[in-house]
Amino acid sequence: MAGAEDLKLLGMWASPFVLRAKLALSLKGLNYEYVEEDLKNKSELLLKSNPVHNKVPVLIHNGKPVCESTVIVQYIDEAFAGTGLSLLPSDPYERALARFWAAYIDDKLLPSWTKTSRGSTEEERAEGKEQSAVAVENLEGALRECSKGKPFFGGDNPGYVDVILGGLLGWVRASEELYGINPFDPAKTPLLAAWAERFGALEAVDPVIPEVNKLVEVAKMMQAKLAAEAAGASN
Amino acid sequence: MSSTKEEAPAVRVLGLWASPFVIRVLIALRLKGVEHEVLEEVVGKKSELLLRSNPVHKKIPVLLHHGKPISESLIIVQYIDEVWSSNAPAILPADPYVRAVERFWAQYIDDKFPRGIRILKGTVDGNKDEIVEQLSTALQLLEEAFLKLSNGKHYFGGDNIGYLDIALGSHVGWVRAVEKIAGVQLLDAAKVPHLVAWADRFCAHPAVVDVLPSADRFVEYSVKYGSFFPTRPSLPTE
Repeated sequence: MAGAEDLKLLGMWASPFVLRAKLALSLKGLNYEYVEEDLKNKSELLLKSNPVHNKVPVLIHNGKPVCESTVIVQYIDEAFAGTGLSLLPSDPYERALARFWAAYIDDKLLPSWTKTSRGSTEEERAEGKEQSAVAVENLEGALRECSKGKPFFGGDNPGYVDVILGGLLGWVRASEELYGINPFDPAKTPLLAAWAERFGALEAVDPVIPEVNKLVEVAKMMQAKLAAEAAGASN
Repeated sequence: MSSTKEEAPAVRVLGLWASPFVIRVLIALRLKGVEHEVLEEVVGKKSELLLRSNPVHKKIPVLLHHGKPISESLIIVQYIDEVWSSNAPAILPADPYVRAVERFWAQYIDDKFPRGIRILKGTVDGNKDEIVEQLSTALQLLEEAFLKLSNGKHYFGGDNIGYLDIALGSHVGWVRAVEKIAGVQLLDAAKVPHLVAWADRFCAHPAVVDVLPSADRFVEYSVKYGSFFPTRPSLPTE
């Protein structure tokens, strides 16, 4: 086929940000080459493609790199506008709402979860828990507003916010085993809980989400490492 | 047809003149020639309309379009570009790749500048020397980005100001103000000559000149209020 698109994704299997890119590519039915990076020994290609942050994901399209997960997802939607699902809605007001909630996930939801699990003091972790509760409540409202009774933030089909939130699904699932917490508690956020099941079961999504037991393993290794460092430091 | 009740204007902006985020919205509206009303908030006391229109963040700017609220400055700018797409100039570039590059840098700018400026203003505690280094590095990278994106023309957007010009240019007022407040050099003509020239051009642009006041006015504001919302504890990140 003449002019075949050359798509390469530099990633790390456990990263929720990389998962966002994979979800977007999968939902749009795009073929790409995936390159697993060893973040302790980053490739020349990664360092060259993301000189500012040296981070994954990086999407390389016909040799040109795109960085930052939300930028990548929007790029995929725009550069491949004729292919597969449209991730951003067509109405400007709904687009603004979708972008707003995607930003909220990164600016408020994620930091509150990080604070809850990795806060250095009990006080900080308690604060994180409070902030997380507010954040998921707001997202529950967002889902109600954006979906208008349909299955996804994007309506009948998954869209931008589904992808941005969907990137976190692996860790959401792992959270129950690791911390005994379900971030999308069906008692408190029934819409989000149902959404997580539904989105996760999609044909384009299910095979792409990292295995929960592997995520749990990696998290436990990290926890053990941090504990050992802390114990060593206090001697 | 006469009406005893006046209709609210179709486009209203809830803002504060000194907020770079509000300035972005005003520049975008002026660029597109969109008639609008600006409702200036009172520093330290959020209006009912603001709290109702942006219940999640309770922050300015908010654009009210036929009463429907849109929040977050860069999201508002994109909204303006999309709604008034038949008004020249286009704010976002047409090419998806160039868009992605501009969005990348806009995110980078908002990761670095707001917090850095707050520390240099003294609103938030921080290591000033470290911040000066960080912002100088950021400006160096933006100088290089400018050379690539402008392609010899006057703005990041080329012949006219665009998304990235607005994203960075809106911070120039406070950047120049903190240079005076903290006694540091950021927009240094020796280090980032193209950005310095670009900043002057940007500030003089017809869509910008009336909404981006001089550095001295920002300095005055800082002396008067300390921060945008002095009753709210200052957070290190936005």
